[in-house]
Amino acid sequence: MSDKVKVTIDGITVEVAPGTSILNAARQIGGDIVPPAMCYYSKLEGSGGKCRTCIVKVSKGSEKDPRPMPKLVASCRTAVMDGMEVMNITSPEVIEARSGVVEMLLINHPLDCPVCDQAGECDLQNLGYEHGLQKTRYEFERRTFERIDIGDKIQLHMNRCILCYRCVFTADQITNKRVHGILNRGDHSEISTYIQTAVDNDFSGNVIDVCPVGALTDKTFRFKNRVWFTKPIDAHRDCPTCSGKVTLWYKGEDVIRVTARKDIYGEVEEFICNTCRFDKKKTADWVIEHPTHISDTSVISSNHYETLKPLPVIQDNPKLRLANKVELEKTTKF
Amino acid sequence: MARKLLLEHINVPGINTLDVYRQKGGYRAVEKALKTLTPDEVVEEVKKSGLRGRGGAGFPTGMKWSFLAKPEGVARYLVCNADESEPGTFKDRYLMTYIPHALIEGMIVSSFALGANTSYIYVRGEMMPQIRILERAIAEAKNAGFLGKNILGSGYDLELYVQPGGGAYICGEETALLESLEGKRGNPRIKPPFPAIAGLYGCPTVVNNVESIAAVVPIINDGGDEYAKIGIGRSTGTKLISASGNLVRPGVYEIELGLPVEEFIYSDEWCGGIANGKRLKATVAGGSSVPVLPANLTLKLANGDPRLMSYESLSEGGFATGTMMGSGGFIAFDEDQCIVRNTWNFSRFYHHESCGQCSPCREGTGWMEKVLHRLEYGHGKMSDIDLLVDVSKKIEGNTICPLGDAAAWPVASAIRHFRDEFEWHVNEPVKSLSTNYGLANYAEPIAKAVTAEN
Repeated sequence: MSDKVKVTIDGITVEVAPGTSILNAARQIGGDIVPPAMCYYSKLEGSGGKCRTCIVKVSKGSEKDPRPMPKLVASCRTAVMDGMEVMNITSPEVIEARSGVVEMLLINHPLDCPVCDQAGECDLQNLGYEHGLQKTRYEFERRTFERIDIGDKIQLHMNRCILCYRCVFTADQITNKRVHGILNRGDHSEISTYIQTAVDNDFSGNVIDVCPVGALTDKTFRFKNRVWFTKPIDAHRDCPTCSGKVTLWYKGEDVIRVTARKDIYGEVEEFICNTCRFDKKKTADWVIEHPTHISDTSVISSNHYETLKPLPVIQDNPKLRLANKVELEKTTKF
Repeated sequence: MARKLLLEHINVPGINTLDVYRQKGGYRAVEKALKTLTPDEVVEEVKKSGLRGRGGAGFPTGMKWSFLAKPEGVARYLVCNADESEPGTFKDRYLMTYIPHALIEGMIVSSFALGANTSYIYVRGEMMPQIRILERAIAEAKNAGFLGKNILGSGYDLELYVQPGGGAYICGEETALLESLEGKRGNPRIKPPFPAIAGLYGCPTVVNNVESIAAVVPIINDGGDEYAKIGIGRSTGTKLISASGNLVRPGVYEIELGLPVEEFIYSDEWCGGIANGKRLKATVAGGSSVPVLPANLTLKLANGDPRLMSYESLSEGGFATGTMMGSGGFIAFDEDQCIVRNTWNFSRFYHHESCGQCSPCREGTGWMEKVLHRLEYGHGKMSDIDLLVDVSKKIEGNTICPLGDAAAWPVASAIRHFRDEFEWHVNEPVKSLSTNYGLANYAEPIAKAVTAEN
């Protein structure tokens, strides 16, 4: 008897280990059928289920009980069953509900992408682009907060927070003591203000990486540059605290930001310490590996890419190739 | 006179004390269960009774008990949900105030059936008088040997504690209640796992409503089959109804399920009709979280048959023409009441009480409340009405716990049945601003909506 269970997502079947969530089963298939996730983070225990962006329709529960599930379910917290059939992008109901969730998320998240430090790396930006409306139907005053400095390296701007709880889980699980949480209820909820002084440990910087929007930002990088003008390079160092595997973000010859390495779902591969993140900003501190792989569809890849992929119209026309020579060289230069 | 099982001795002086309660037959169920029945036999009696959860969902209690996992060497818990706080629902606090030993006796029998040696009564934090009453009653029961070690020499041990709640409506949701009981912020857990598998402290747990647990006493005393003879269809037994609003005699009543709604409202034995000789405009039959019904659909089903106070009859027709039994919080609105204002009031409550964990509920409840506020205060637009319907749809079914549904249903149903009134608020903002809600005198469309045949 196989120790795997079969699940079909949008018509594509995959065999996964029992207990795998629908979301992770979808990630094993990859591509467009992977539901978006704003609060789920595979490295954080107990995360997920809150933002509701990953909701999917279970059109067949299992081989044993083929009844569909009565409501849409959060794919990040629903385990697959053998024979389960799931509809994500093939279900109009899911698309409709997801657009509703995006609309709700954008009620108290300003669309200030032109000035937000997370622009280009923001999951909500992508989600809003795919599912959002052209204009909001919400006509009431948004909640606003003063910016809060969490120590000297991190800034919290609650205006942009979508209350995904990722930073709370991070602080709870990878630091020595519980340092912050959520205050108040409902749409009055906020990340607690006492973190101004409380987040103080070697791994606190990771709350920046897990934040899916621009609520928690790196003060050493904040507003120094737009992400698509920087060049990401994977590098490592012999660090006594963490794995030392990072991405260096170059502007010219200078390292202007250090982050943990992220996978294709925007999740960090390994959490890194504050020393690596904030204090090691010279190339000499690092062993350079190779350019970071950035998806072609990402705005970050707009300037410089690992491989040169000129458009076919350019490839086929020597005059155009010549005319674009300088620009093409820029894209290959690291 | 209707048969009473829970409130039979409610008017007996001193019934809140152990002595008087025992004189009236109290704690017979404990003696019978612990001395003559096995835990499985108690569960079987509850199954036979057909008792459905009295907290709102109406899930069969015996079946819920049978789902409880029983791994070796792992504690099991029974938790009584006494976090009653929904607008219009006040029957549990009535029971706890006046006849606390009924709940404690039910807790002992139910805990025995489930194999729980530690049980909790989680009472809403604001209900300090009830907490004191229960603590005193528990002390009495313990002194008399009904709690503690080796109860009545049966070898069964039970410790019973009263735990004040966090003072939030969401703590009445069973998983949020468990979080709160564990000393954490009262946020609902994502299910599965269900509490029957991993509940309090990760152990198998049953969470039951006060009335459900108290109902176990007459079930064991008289037998499940006898209990099942009361009521109608799958709505067996009696039900406490907390009646409020524009009624001649609001209060807590014990009815036999199956009583016609019309009789409940107008009979002198129950609510005595609508106050001040007014006509009935609408009702909320099961607490503020269930869909509102106009008078005609309150009294009769869509096919013209009388509507009954039963789970099936109240939900007959789905949400298009029906509602839910819910927790039994029966609110009547007379012809002068403003549906928009009441809907806003309910919406304000759910906005305030949303825990904020999941996006649709956190943001959607506030959005609905603000739009309703705008409509009520004369600044609404016609498009607001459809906007409300759409937002309620976006919330319904997409949240972690049922609070989202509870917030969405009253709004959607109010617009479904009273759209004219919402439109009137847009068209006649000055009149709708009047604090004297003589709406029936103002507006023809609203007068038409009052179709009670009384």
